Amino acid sequence: MTTTAPPATPPDESTPAFPRAPWALLRNTWRGLTSMRTALVLLFLLALAALPGALLPQRSLNQRLVTQYFADHPTLAPLLDRLQFFGVFAAPWFAAVYLLLMVSLVGCLLPRTAEQLRGLRTPPVVTPRNLARLPHAAQRTVAEPIADVEERARGRLRGWRTRWSDEPGDVRTGSAERGHLHEVGNLVFHLSLLGLLVAFALGKLFGYEGQVVVLSGGGQFCNTGILGYDSFRAGLRVDGTDLQPFCVRVDDFTAAYEANGQPASFSASIGFQTAADVTAGTAAWRQATLAVNHPLRTDGSRLYLLGHGYAPRFTVTYPDGQQRTGEVQWRPVDQTTLLSEGATKFARPGVTDEQQRRTTQLAVTGLLAPTSSGGQVVTSVFPALDDPEVAVDVLRGDLGLDDGRGQSIFTVDRSKLDTGELTRVARQNMRPGDEITLDDGTRVRFDGVRDWVSLQVSHDPAQLWVLVSAVFLLAGLMLSLAVRRRRFWVRLTPDAAGGTRVELGGLARTDRAGYGEEFDRLTAAVLGTCPDDDVQQSRKTEDGP
Amino acid sequence: MNDVVLAIYSDRLFMAAVAVYVLAMALHAAEYAALRSAYEPAAVPVAVGGEASPGGEPDALPPPDAPAPGRPARSRADRLGGAAVNLVVLAALLQLGSIVTRGLAADRWPLGNMYEFTSAVCLAAVVTWLVVLRRVPAVRTVALFVLLPVVILLFLAGTVLYARAAPVVPALRSYWLVVHVTTMTVSSGLLFVPGMASLLYLLRRSSRGGALVDRLPSAAALDRLAYRTTIVAFPLYTFGVIAGAIWAEAAWGRFWGWDPKETVAFVVWVVYAAYLHARSTAGWRSGRAAWINVAGLVVVLFNLFFINMVVAGLHSYAGL
Ligand code: HEM
Repeated sequence: MTTTAPPATPPDESTPAFPRAPWALLRNTWRGLTSMRTALVLLFLLALAALPGALLPQRSLNQRLVTQYFADHPTLAPLLDRLQFFGVFAAPWFAAVYLLLMVSLVGCLLPRTAEQLRGLRTPPVVTPRNLARLPHAAQRTVAEPIADVEERARGRLRGWRTRWSDEPGDVRTGSAERGHLHEVGNLVFHLSLLGLLVAFALGKLFGYEGQVVVLSGGGQFCNTGILGYDSFRAGLRVDGTDLQPFCVRVDDFTAAYEANGQPASFSASIGFQTAADVTAGTAAWRQATLAVNHPLRTDGSRLYLLGHGYAPRFTVTYPDGQQRTGEVQWRPVDQTTLLSEGATKFARPGVTDEQQRRTTQLAVTGLLAPTSSGGQVVTSVFPALDDPEVAVDVLRGDLGLDDGRGQSIFTVDRSKLDTGELTRVARQNMRPGDEITLDDGTRVRFDGVRDWVSLQVSHDPAQLWVLVSAVFLLAGLMLSLAVRRRRFWVRLTPDAAGGTRVELGGLARTDRAGYGEEFDRLTAAVLGTCPDDDVQQSRKTEDGP
Repeated sequence: MNDVVLAIYSDRLFMAAVAVYVLAMALHAAEYAALRSAYEPAAVPVAVGGEASPGGEPDALPPPDAPAPGRPARSRADRLGGAAVNLVVLAALLQLGSIVTRGLAADRWPLGNMYEFTSAVCLAAVVTWLVVLRRVPAVRTVALFVLLPVVILLFLAGTVLYARAAPVVPALRSYWLVVHVTTMTVSSGLLFVPGMASLLYLLRRSSRGGALVDRLPSAAALDRLAYRTTIVAFPLYTFGVIAGAIWAEAAWGRFWGWDPKETVAFVVWVVYAAYLHARSTAGWRSGRAAWINVAGLVVVLFNLFFINMVVAGLHSYAGL
């Protein structure tokens, strides 16, 4: 590490050219790694390494865009994929850069902290022989005797760490130092940075995030295990066995829109039971409101309202009089009008014969417009549920419900239409209450539409520590940037006439920008003049050594 | 006054501000041209480009064309420059008026889309510039180089990026958002000035800028200007990122998710951290540090425009 040192001492950068023993190699590597220059290079690498994460679609954010990218760039994409450019922030090479940086940071900070502690106990360095060579310097002869000037200087330097001493020939010198808080701030900043990273990593290890769709108007959900979720992202140390089992019931959802269809506000009134309530067997539900920017915090987790959509309800009445009702969420295909698509699937009750099951499954699939445009081709003109209409195909045959493979709840495998496994038995636009009668006498009724909300449960046990680290980081940074470590030297030599020859020197250890004015004020105070008197001053340009 | 009228006022004030900026630039350009005579060796031999003369603080030097003692008349360049600065102040006030009336018209904090961000970033840059100018009057010749990019951006804002006054989506209604967007905008505007100063510093140092830059303040003064502004902007930027994380925790379910905009904000932060490091690393202090500062501004602008307009992410609802 080479920080600005007084010009007299050249920066220590000497490393032996040929390491003789393994440990010399080790030591040199360590020195190299913890040097300021390496830190700089690693910072650059970090910035560079993060860039593909912004420019290329990332799996963790949007798998669909990644797939799209593969389709658009069939030769380039696999190459980039091998370099893990679609998952930059989980890639080993990204981790390597920041881990090296952290090692470098520790290796740099430990000696610095030690030096800092020593520095607090040792008095300021002795006055350099030639003050005129310092970046800031001034000299002048005044009429007062040495003792008077010294007293004035001592008065002005109150609050500085000072030491006064004699030099041969009745010369008095004083060295003063100030701004140790710069170092303190710098240490706090870097240590908080470390703390932030550790807390961030712990959060990733022990945290989880799960999403689930719940129907409004009484739908319930309990945080009892991974299977309850539609999607779940677990930290490495989370196996889903000991989640906090709180429960949520969505009572009502309201959305308000501007006249142009832009959403104005979303909120859901919910009931919830904390894990303690659940274990105690409490029947009562606590009330809360979820809204965008307004999560529920309970049991160390947060519950968010992420999105919403519509679930049409269909009732199928079979010729034998049996009824089945289906109500699953359809997904919005247009965010501004909430035109939605989906498939509500039915298996005929009481049919056990496998062959027969395969010919009697029904799917009501198509589009739902919350505010229909009317007319033959149904589209949606507004996202609120003002005038719902669905345009559906009713398909009959083998939906693949029994073949054990997972399938999308939103779609039907349309290729089965070509193979004849499915046949379309009706196509119609329906408003709530409308009914279709199929060729075999089965009736399909469109009952109405309910809201669904998509909820997210997030758990990050370390996020408070991230915040605390961030606050300390900021405080340390401001301290270290606001305070400059600076030195001031005085040498008082008696002159023949009974007056004093005053030589002053100044050096700011970190960055000289900005010490000039203060040095001028100090000089004026010690000399007992106004700053603009023609003191013989010199100041070198700031381009540094 | 109703919202529509207010929105119209806002647009008119915006246009007026741009016009006055352009006028101020013209005056600054005239000032710059008028300075030439002062630099011609025969006329005033002492003022060699305002370079630090030994034993003198460069920015404490009087402007090269300062009147000789005992002759109170101000030079032509000085009068032009003074008038130009007054115009910049006027334009900034007009622009502030435009931003405030827009907020009133849309009934929300006026930082909800690209047009509004850009306008506010430019205002922040201009105000920063005026503050710098007040503290170090001798850097006035930099004005042209600060105003030029500002006017270009404002022109883009008023044309390509323009959006009518309208409410914003629910996710944008949060006071942490107000804190976050405001600090990000202001710090980006602040970073504008050191970026330009470092660029000019590099030109000045390389002596390749020739006649274009020979009337600028000394390289040392530009470098100091860059550093001092950066150390104000950087903590503010840091705070802005932290505020953004706090807001994201409430709005998106996580405080940090490597969304493209977040990622580039991180890159910006690392670049400026590298700049500050470079300032304390032997051999990196001047030229390379300045390059890093310029790179920082490039990434800031990239984040402000490219990421919003081209890359899809959670932040894209800011709208064009
Ligand atoms: C994780 C990445 C790092 C970041 C983001 C970072 C950031 C910063 C920042 C913003 C400053 C400026 C504060 C000031 O001027 O006082 C600074 C100063 C400093 N950093 Fe780092 N740093 C990092 C890693 C390191 C490492 C690895 C080292 C050791 C080699 C190091 C050593 C220093 C030193 C010695 C200073 C003080 C310079 C001075 O006193 O002016 N930093 N750092």
